[in-house]
Amino acid sequence: MAQLSSWSLSGALKGMFSKPTIDENTWEDLEYALLTADFGPDVTEAVIDDLHEKVDRYRTTDPRDLQRMLRESLEERLSKYDTTLKLTERPAVVLVVGVNGVGKTTTIGKFSKFLGTYGRTVVVGAADTFRAAAVEQLATWAERGGAQIVRPQQQGQDPASVAFQTVDFAKRNGIEIVLIDTAGRLQTKGGLMDELSKIRRVIEKQAPISEVLLVLDATTGQNGLAQAEAFIEHAGVTGLVLTKLDGSAKGGFVLAVQEKTGIPIKLVGQGEGIHDLTGFTPHVFAQKLVG
Amino acid sequence: MATFGNLSDRLSETFKNLRKKGSLSASDVDGTVREIRRALLDADVALDVVKEFTGKVRERALSDEVNKALNPAQQVVQIVNDELVAILGGQQRRLEFAKNPPTVIMLAGLQGAGKTTLAGKLAKWLAKDGHTPLLVAADLQRPNAVTQLSVVAEQAGVAVYAPEPGNGVGDPVRVARDSIAYAKTKQFDTVIVDTAGRLGVDAELMKQASNIRKAVNPDEVLFVIDAMIGQDAVKTAQAFQEGVDFTGVVLSKLDGDARGGAALSVASVTGRPIIFASTGEGLDDFEPFHPDRMASRILDLGDILTLIEQAQQAFDEDEARAMAEKFSTETFTLDDFLKQMQQLRNMGSIKKMMGMLPGMGQMKQQLDSFDEREIVRTEAIIQSMTLAERQNSKLLNGSRRLRIARGSGSTVTEVNALVNRFEQAAKMMKTVAKGGVPQIPGMGPIPGARGGGSKKQQPKKKGSKSGNPAKRATENAALASGAKPASAGAPGGTGFGLGGAAGSAAPTEEELASLQKFLGR
Ligand SMILES: Nc1nc2c(ncn2[C@@H]2O[C@H](COP(=O)(O)OP(=O)(O)OP(=O)(O)O)[C@@H](O)[C@H]2O)c(=O)[nH]1
Ligand SMILES: [Mg+2]
Repeated sequence: MAQLSSWSLSGALKGMFSKPTIDENTWEDLEYALLTADFGPDVTEAVIDDLHEKVDRYRTTDPRDLQRMLRESLEERLSKYDTTLKLTERPAVVLVVGVNGVGKTTTIGKFSKFLGTYGRTVVVGAADTFRAAAVEQLATWAERGGAQIVRPQQQGQDPASVAFQTVDFAKRNGIEIVLIDTAGRLQTKGGLMDELSKIRRVIEKQAPISEVLLVLDATTGQNGLAQAEAFIEHAGVTGLVLTKLDGSAKGGFVLAVQEKTGIPIKLVGQGEGIHDLTGFTPHVFAQKLVG
Repeated sequence: MATFGNLSDRLSETFKNLRKKGSLSASDVDGTVREIRRALLDADVALDVVKEFTGKVRERALSDEVNKALNPAQQVVQIVNDELVAILGGQQRRLEFAKNPPTVIMLAGLQGAGKTTLAGKLAKWLAKDGHTPLLVAADLQRPNAVTQLSVVAEQAGVAVYAPEPGNGVGDPVRVARDSIAYAKTKQFDTVIVDTAGRLGVDAELMKQASNIRKAVNPDEVLFVIDAMIGQDAVKTAQAFQEGVDFTGVVLSKLDGDARGGAALSVASVTGRPIIFASTGEGLDDFEPFHPDRMASRILDLGDILTLIEQAQQAFDEDEARAMAEKFSTETFTLDDFLKQMQQLRNMGSIKKMMGMLPGMGQMKQQLDSFDEREIVRTEAIIQSMTLAERQNSKLLNGSRRLRIARGSGSTVTEVNALVNRFEQAAKMMKTVAKGGVPQIPGMGPIPGARGGGSKKQQPKKKGSKSGNPAKRATENAALASGAKPASAGAPGGTGFGLGGAAGSAAPTEEELASLQKFLGR
């Protein structure tokens, strides 16, 4: 598993926190660090205003105080929402959605393994019947993750029917958790977004859906918010998965996503290996980000 | 983003004040530059690039050239646009082919950027051009990437070289090297090497990519980058430039609504040209990159200049004059209607055209659901008419309409609808030719004419009347002929309606006037 050092903001912040006092440059540096971490102009402004106010209130000039306040401020913002996955139904059905290439299929592979280590039985449904070799890719991950798989019976089968069959399979075989992979789709494609709503409806005829996870790629910029809004509207997202945190991108946009939508981050992907998935802990996240 | 209004809205606020003063003070410019900075950050342009860019704009905006101008606000827009286009590559660049085949093209990029799909698109595009491409499966990392490439190759109707199963098995450097010898013996004239996605920070995998590059000695190394990427674009691009020294960039997933500021970041930081745009999941969703369109997309200003230029190219001047004559003498026929539509299609799809108009940001959804086949159907219907019928729509009685419906594989209702639209268009164009403003039913107010209304617009139209009533008419024909979504936003007259001199790169006074108009007076 990759280490998080390249991901952390500490590099960008080191200079400013090691100075003797807070001055104009400190604020500029802080703005720079937040903007380049994809927090976006609004959140950056809000965070800085908030810190400015605190620094004035506590009359501190010590950059280390500022560092602590930044960490706390981010942690506080990130922990406003409940990050636990709700998988108590049997079967617990999890629908995984997102734009193209963000890491849906990989996440499902890693998540199967994760659930397997806790003794849960898992079946994955290959409802990406569109992209070339998507089913085979998921099958490889299912094998690695120790999960069973339900495949479409023919090329291009209606994804909703694959989802239906997967839930049905789980019910008949007493499998505890169902993970449904879906084709990547850009949030601007109305028809494809409607397809997701249909998949939902069809699954719900069989069993309630426990979680709808929206996978977001940490390298994404401000478009992440538009993605979240559209998928929430059409797929009823209940949790976010932030992937590719093993790279140099900071994924700061998720803070705006979480604040504007109220949907919490629930899982974090940090690599292409089967074990590179963890839960989301605001404290650890803020600690690693700010140092 | 949308919540704060787009840059056009915000700038029009700023410019409103500017216009009163007539010339730019330093603080005027700073206000404008702040808005531009904000818009660029919202569009994900890397911060360092934003700083440099706004610095340059500020400098130019304060220099003499502005104060001499007719209208400083117009000039600032012009400067911003020029600078953006300059960084984005000014001219388009084409692929370099080897003197001695095979031409080798290597693809590289982050995970999930869209390399494999692009490989298929590129191959199909080259094959269409008479080349014999070979796709090479050198992504042996991602599960079933090899299978995916093979499927894509089949869809593209091209050959694939996939000697290793992948999923962690096989040496990508060796596969890449062997593929060249294979291509030579089998006489493929282009080789496209798909490689595994990798992170810029992954030193080991970057080294492997560099080894693949050495092994195949490519004519082009294309760095594929997702249009949705944020600030990390710079670090990633730099890492890939160091690792594989790419020769060109492909911007993928441009069919989404990301503003694509990364394009600006990558182009300005690496100096490498963006060559292609990838615009969908289908293998034909692929096109040469247009710096000018991208510039407008990043700023969400609407590609007025391109639109004007395209309209002018498609609409030959002489024909325009002849057409204008027809409108005024009322001999506009279904044949002319068809001709106009065909010309519109030459301009690129209506959908894309509408996407370039300002203020259409919110309309993406509607545009997406707009069916371009509508035009094809209309064409079929008109082509099923006799010459006499096309010249005189009054001839179209019930039995003729039935025959036409059969001949074109449509229904009588569809034929009726078309004839109605045509008659409406003809009426509209008569009005336009006479210098009036058409009332198009179902159309909202024209955004560019904010607060003005038709009365205020009149003098402007008069000013450009000798310019080109025909062009305005063409556009109205487009609206009437089925480009319905356009009518919802109908930036109508702001686009090429106020056409100017053909072919000149710099916008004319009239074009600037149209820009000014949408900026809100
Ligand atoms: N470095 C890194 N790569 C990842 C991570 N998650 C996924 N990937 C890679 O990203 C690429 C795309 O992953 P997929 O799981 O196929 O993404 P997807 O969302 O299912 O893609 P589509 O189904 O094509 O829309 C693959 O190369 C994965 O190996 C991660 O956390 N870190
Ligand atoms: Mg997938």
